[in-house]
Amino acid sequence: MKKRSIIPILYIAFLMLPIYWLVAMSFKTTNEILSGFSLFPQTFTLENYITIFTDPTWYWGYINSITYVTLNTVISVCVALPAAYAFSRYRFLGDKQLFFWLLTNRMAPAAVFALPFFQLYSSIGLFDTYLAVALAHTLFNVPLAVWILEGFMRGIPKELDETAYVDGYSFPRFFVTIFLPNIKAGVGVAAFFCFMFSWVEMLLAKTLTAVEAKPIAAVMTRTASSAGYELGLLAAAGTLTIIPGAIVIWFVRNYIARGFAMGRV
Amino acid sequence: MRTINQKAWFFVLPVLALVAFNALVPMMTVVNYSVQETFGNNQFFWEGLGWFEQILRSDRFQAALGRQFLFTAMILIIEVPLGIIVALSMPRKGFWVPVCLVLMALPMLIPWNVVGSMWNIFTLPKIGLLGYFLNDVLGINYDMTQQPLSAWITVIVMDVWHWTSLVVLLCYAGLVSIPDAYYQAAKIDGASPWSVFRYIQLPKMKTVLTIAILLRFMDSFNIYTEPFVLTGGGPGNSTTLLSIDLVKIALGQFDLGPAAAMSLIYFAITLLVSWVFYTLMTKDDAE
Repeated sequence: MKKRSIIPILYIAFLMLPIYWLVAMSFKTTNEILSGFSLFPQTFTLENYITIFTDPTWYWGYINSITYVTLNTVISVCVALPAAYAFSRYRFLGDKQLFFWLLTNRMAPAAVFALPFFQLYSSIGLFDTYLAVALAHTLFNVPLAVWILEGFMRGIPKELDETAYVDGYSFPRFFVTIFLPNIKAGVGVAAFFCFMFSWVEMLLAKTLTAVEAKPIAAVMTRTASSAGYELGLLAAAGTLTIIPGAIVIWFVRNYIARGFAMGRV
Repeated sequence: MRTINQKAWFFVLPVLALVAFNALVPMMTVVNYSVQETFGNNQFFWEGLGWFEQILRSDRFQAALGRQFLFTAMILIIEVPLGIIVALSMPRKGFWVPVCLVLMALPMLIPWNVVGSMWNIFTLPKIGLLGYFLNDVLGINYDMTQQPLSAWITVIVMDVWHWTSLVVLLCYAGLVSIPDAYYQAAKIDGASPWSVFRYIQLPKMKTVLTIAILLRFMDSFNIYTEPFVLTGGGPGNSTTLLSIDLVKIALGQFDLGPAAAMSLIYFAITLLVSWVFYTLMTKDDAE
């Protein structure tokens, strides 16, 4: 073991501590939590998890969240693909301004949009639907997807396009059968980022839903306030929200570093 | 070389329609509210720039803005150097690389309200691991619901925990793109570790580091959910950052005019600073 590996080990230990504590709490009974400090669960219980998996208001929170996140990922990547292609291959009137304008939406504080979004989606009858949250999240996910995909597409030489045209490929056929397989990693990373930011965002998701499409976060807040102080239940619900992210990140582990650099290394 | 082709606009059209719908309509609603006064019943009166003046002059806004800048500055000062240090000491190849990357990225994939709850549970005196350790083992009087300083430190440590990995991953991406030959050349020349960092590693990290600082600036300036769940802006107003204050005015008190004016000022500040970063970044790209 080299001396310098002490820094990453310490850093990862720091990252894992609060997560460990959340998981440990989720296996404790409410009595044990309130009676005092214990590093490991003394009376190991699965009760908190059983409550979540048997109560529809709980598990529907997860289904709702995953539904709008998936919907958002599909919409964002599909509209971002042609746009990213245009930005990476052509110059056109106002391209730089357009690109910056797209990015400004990534900079907008979600708090600014909460109320107007509520009014907008209520007025077109989409309030409390998956589509409303999915569309609202495209506000910051589409610019990001365009940015990432553009970075990856720029790395593909233009000769590839030209050769395909000479060979008589039509544009759609070229795009789907030749170009897309070449930027697979980029599409994966863009989808990962869309998933990630839609999954973690809560302010808009909460504002745009009431009953039908309520995200897990809103269910958690309600429990924290109404059912007294059920820390164990809250911890179990929190632990379960970490799992989808962990699964998704394992799939893109080899592309994470390059993906975070938006393909720009 | 990119060719000039105005038909490219057709490719951009779907994105344009979607983002315009999402950004322009709400933005116009905000602009509309910001210049009017309402007493309910959908009656609106022209107010002009009154709200803007009132907001800019109010102590409450200035205090929240001050706290916001202090928070963002501290976040950048801590997270950027820490991220670089961790990235430099990470293994370059082998079994541990994906393990490190996945573990480091994990905090970023946790929903923001869960991050808040998690740190709340972690720092509770008597019950939480950190709270217990500080109070009962080290004997430091720590209670973030009572002491503004504790609350501040907790909010900052939480953000460091949450987002330093972004800087690490970006820098790491820059570092692994350096060919081994560079290091060998440096070794032959007898370069010190510092000059290797200054003349080989830092220049390679410049682009990704700009992206990191840009993203960290934007996100820490707009932060809402995590500190709101953790401290609710308290104790008192000590951790009420701009977004928390804005939501209080807009959804709590339903003062649409002032909230809208504040939104626009807030957005303008974020935009201005981000634009500076963005021009710096694209200037690099063009070279």
